[in-house]
Amino acid sequence: MALPPPDPQFVLRGTSAAIHTLHFSCGGQEPDIPLLFSGSENGFIHVWNLKTHRVGTALDGHGGKSVYCVETMGGKDRLLSQGRDQRICLWDLAEGRTSVTDSVFTEHVGFCRCSLVKVAQGRWLMATAARGLEEVQVLELPSKTSVCTLKPEVGAKLGMPMCLKLWQLSCGSQPLLLAGYEDGSVVLWNVTMGKALSQLVCHQEPVMSLDFDSEKAKGISGSSEKVLRIWSLNEQQNLQVCKIQELVNAGISHVTIRPDKKIVATAGWDHRIRIFGWKKLKPLAVLDYHTATVQCVSFSDHRAPRDTLLAAGSRDQRISVWAIYTQT
Amino acid sequence: LSLIPGGLDCSISFVSHVLGKVCIHGRQKEILGVLVPCLTELTKSDCIWQRICWRLVECVPERWMEAVVLGFVQRAPGADVLSRLLGNLVVKNKKAQFVVTQKVLLLQYGHPTAVLQNLLGYLSLDSLRRALLLRVLQELLETWGSSSAVKHSPPEQQLYISKAILICLSHLKEPEIESCRQELLTSMMEGVKCHLDSSLPQLRRLGMVVAESISSKINTEGPVLKFEYEEDDGTRELKSLLVQTPPLCVVPSLPDDDRNEKAGAALPSVPESNKKSQTAAPVMPHEESDAELDSDDDLVPYDMSEDKELKVKAPLYIRDCIEVLTGSEDVDKWEATVKALESLIRRNPAATREVSVELAKILLHLEEKTCIEGFVELRQRAQVAVLTTDPIPVSKYLTSQFYSLNYSLRQRMDILDILVLAAQELSCPKLHGKPKHSDAQKPCIQLLPGSDSSKDWRRIVDERIKSKTRRFATGRCHVEQASSPNQFSSVAGHFFFPLIQHFDRPLTTFDLLGEDHLVLGRLVHTLAVLMYLAVNTVAVTAMGKALLEFVWTLRFHMDSYVRQGLLSCISSLLLSVPAELLLADMTEELLEAQCWLGDVVEKDPDGDCRRLALQNLLLMENLKKKLEAVPS
Repeated sequence: MALPPPDPQFVLRGTSAAIHTLHFSCGGQEPDIPLLFSGSENGFIHVWNLKTHRVGTALDGHGGKSVYCVETMGGKDRLLSQGRDQRICLWDLAEGRTSVTDSVFTEHVGFCRCSLVKVAQGRWLMATAARGLEEVQVLELPSKTSVCTLKPEVGAKLGMPMCLKLWQLSCGSQPLLLAGYEDGSVVLWNVTMGKALSQLVCHQEPVMSLDFDSEKAKGISGSSEKVLRIWSLNEQQNLQVCKIQELVNAGISHVTIRPDKKIVATAGWDHRIRIFGWKKLKPLAVLDYHTATVQCVSFSDHRAPRDTLLAAGSRDQRISVWAIYTQT
Repeated sequence: LSLIPGGLDCSISFVSHVLGKVCIHGRQKEILGVLVPCLTELTKSDCIWQRICWRLVECVPERWMEAVVLGFVQRAPGADVLSRLLGNLVVKNKKAQFVVTQKVLLLQYGHPTAVLQNLLGYLSLDSLRRALLLRVLQELLETWGSSSAVKHSPPEQQLYISKAILICLSHLKEPEIESCRQELLTSMMEGVKCHLDSSLPQLRRLGMVVAESISSKINTEGPVLKFEYEEDDGTRELKSLLVQTPPLCVVPSLPDDDRNEKAGAALPSVPESNKKSQTAAPVMPHEESDAELDSDDDLVPYDMSEDKELKVKAPLYIRDCIEVLTGSEDVDKWEATVKALESLIRRNPAATREVSVELAKILLHLEEKTCIEGFVELRQRAQVAVLTTDPIPVSKYLTSQFYSLNYSLRQRMDILDILVLAAQELSCPKLHGKPKHSDAQKPCIQLLPGSDSSKDWRRIVDERIKSKTRRFATGRCHVEQASSPNQFSSVAGHFFFPLIQHFDRPLTTFDLLGEDHLVLGRLVHTLAVLMYLAVNTVAVTAMGKALLEFVWTLRFHMDSYVRQGLLSCISSLLLSVPAELLLADMTEELLEAQCWLGDVVEKDPDGDCRRLALQNLLLMENLKKKLEAVPS
């Protein structure tokens, strides 16, 4: 007899706007407070104190335009945020400061979240959609130098890039980028050489979100359809479809794999969060709390696995935080 | 004739005389029945016999030429045979030419299609005669395109002319079409306009079929004109005329679909597979190495039985519906509301009565926001539901709106439809179940407003007439249904009188007596049905009087659809108003009407009008007899 799905551990309220992005920063030692960063439609980034469940600071750096991506760069003191004002802002939050140290003007008017990967101490690569319709730009941060611009070949008709994932297998190896496009295909790019290695048509509709497990070389993507696609990368760096997972209701806005690669969470347009096992994509739970589209899901980076949390932000202006499958 | 051997010097003229005289006396069938097959055989291969035949016909005296030629045209089994028999008679002989090109095509219209095929085929088979073919086509198009012809000539004649046009078109060759392309185009445009203006659906359809055919002939590449109308046997037959089949097999060909040049729905373009990409054909999942321990099994799934498809809930209260329909941006909710509205109205009559007029107003102005299937029908059913729940205020509102400014013709006709459907529902006993929805919803709404609903009611009236006359002779033959009070009786007047009040007052956008005669026709039909449904109600006499006056003023209207409506009004009147009251209050008017009806029977160009008038006269006769039979 299966247990009924759990309730959220707690719910954060107070953003007074739809939440588009979440990011945890809980890896610090005591007495560091675990934090959750949320970006909302009204342009604010809220820094939530996960001990008191209250907003610590509210950052306003995007002029009232929706913030759709927040990431930390090596700790909670440096934050990167991307907003609809076509800017990516770098924040310095150490010692209570709340200032924008730098910004990159991407001229990108879509909703594609940027992707960060650390290549060396203090050096990051960031992939973001750029001004050109189908282009992805890779910049090195904090120097803001352009590494390359990835342009699909003429006539490919991929449309806008919708979601990006940068990674490198190990320090020193070539960084690779997975990009999901408006026409439903996922393309694997070699960043150093600036050319595409493989392309796979995953969906008929735009790819809304994707995530990739570099250890198992397996990825998952969701779109506005009723399916999730699981694909893998073989030794020749070619993408192949592995599995198709049918959903009850159409529409996925975000997909994320837990850092321990055990489960994957999806944020759905049907107001529900779904949890699947990552190995075989066995449906595990359906978390039904929100009353509007869930825009983003994020797993925490706690050191102790039993503290791991899952947060989901929704258009109903609430962030629900769940502790699920934490025993292993 | 079989006795004449190869004697070329025989005098044929005697035979011609005999032939002519026999034909003129009406014995064409007999003599040509023998003659034509003989000649067909003989002339098949023998030139001499052909020449004899030609001489034979040419020598027929002028005054009998018409009968002979007509007889040949009717009897010949095919255009090529006709060509062999008559030769170039039409070119040489003026009278024959007149008969073939003018009389048969333009002045008569009783001949079957085969005759037309023969005649026009004959004209096309010889180069000398082709010039005549072109002239014939031009004249046919002129007649087809003339608005007065469309308005005043009977539908049968128009069908005949249309068929002739199509057959001509089928015979024309490319260079000829090239030469007269411009004229074809102009006459087609004019003709289409007149035809579409007409109130009779069959004329509109004729116009559309012919226009499509002409357009397909003159634009062999590129988009052609395509109307939306229902295919039926008539249109299929017409279209089959466009394709000339070889003389032996007379199989009508089905209309070819490649006339519709629109491409299929555009699917998102999938990139071609080059060596870098692969299509998403599901690859068989490679066997998982069993060495991998399935640590997923530790994770126990939770209960997911609550996970169902999302459905948008429709509001449960009428006032909520009103809110959604007027303000809401949520299209899913709007759709759900529209679908649920009718049943909500019927289940909550008290609540509906509070907001009935407001709801009626909203529904009248409701536009399609998203693509719902059957939106028009859903809206209409909701409107009928509102009207039947609260008849008096809503009918007041609707009838006042009918004569107001700034409504489209479609909306005004909707009002009429709703009034009739509601009246039907109110007056029918509940045992009938749901009121019969007239098939007023046509898929192609652009050009054909659902005027077929009037046929439905006319059918009911006709059946009633038939049953009535039968009943007079044999007594009641069917079981009476269980009766319940006629709810229509208290409100019939509210439906009827406001409609009839202002018909002669033109507004800036709406002139019933002027160009909006289509709406006038519908109004007249509506009044006929309302009258019919008001049988046994208290107001029926007053309604009858008003209706009779109304009919009297409009009786000479140009539009045959309106006239048909007026005649149905008279039928309803005669059926609904009890006979004694008819004779008591309306004797003079009825007598005048009788004279008018007699006139219509004889002189009206439209067949349906004549039939209806005849039925009315019969009804009147029956009434008189019934009253005389009953000792007063």
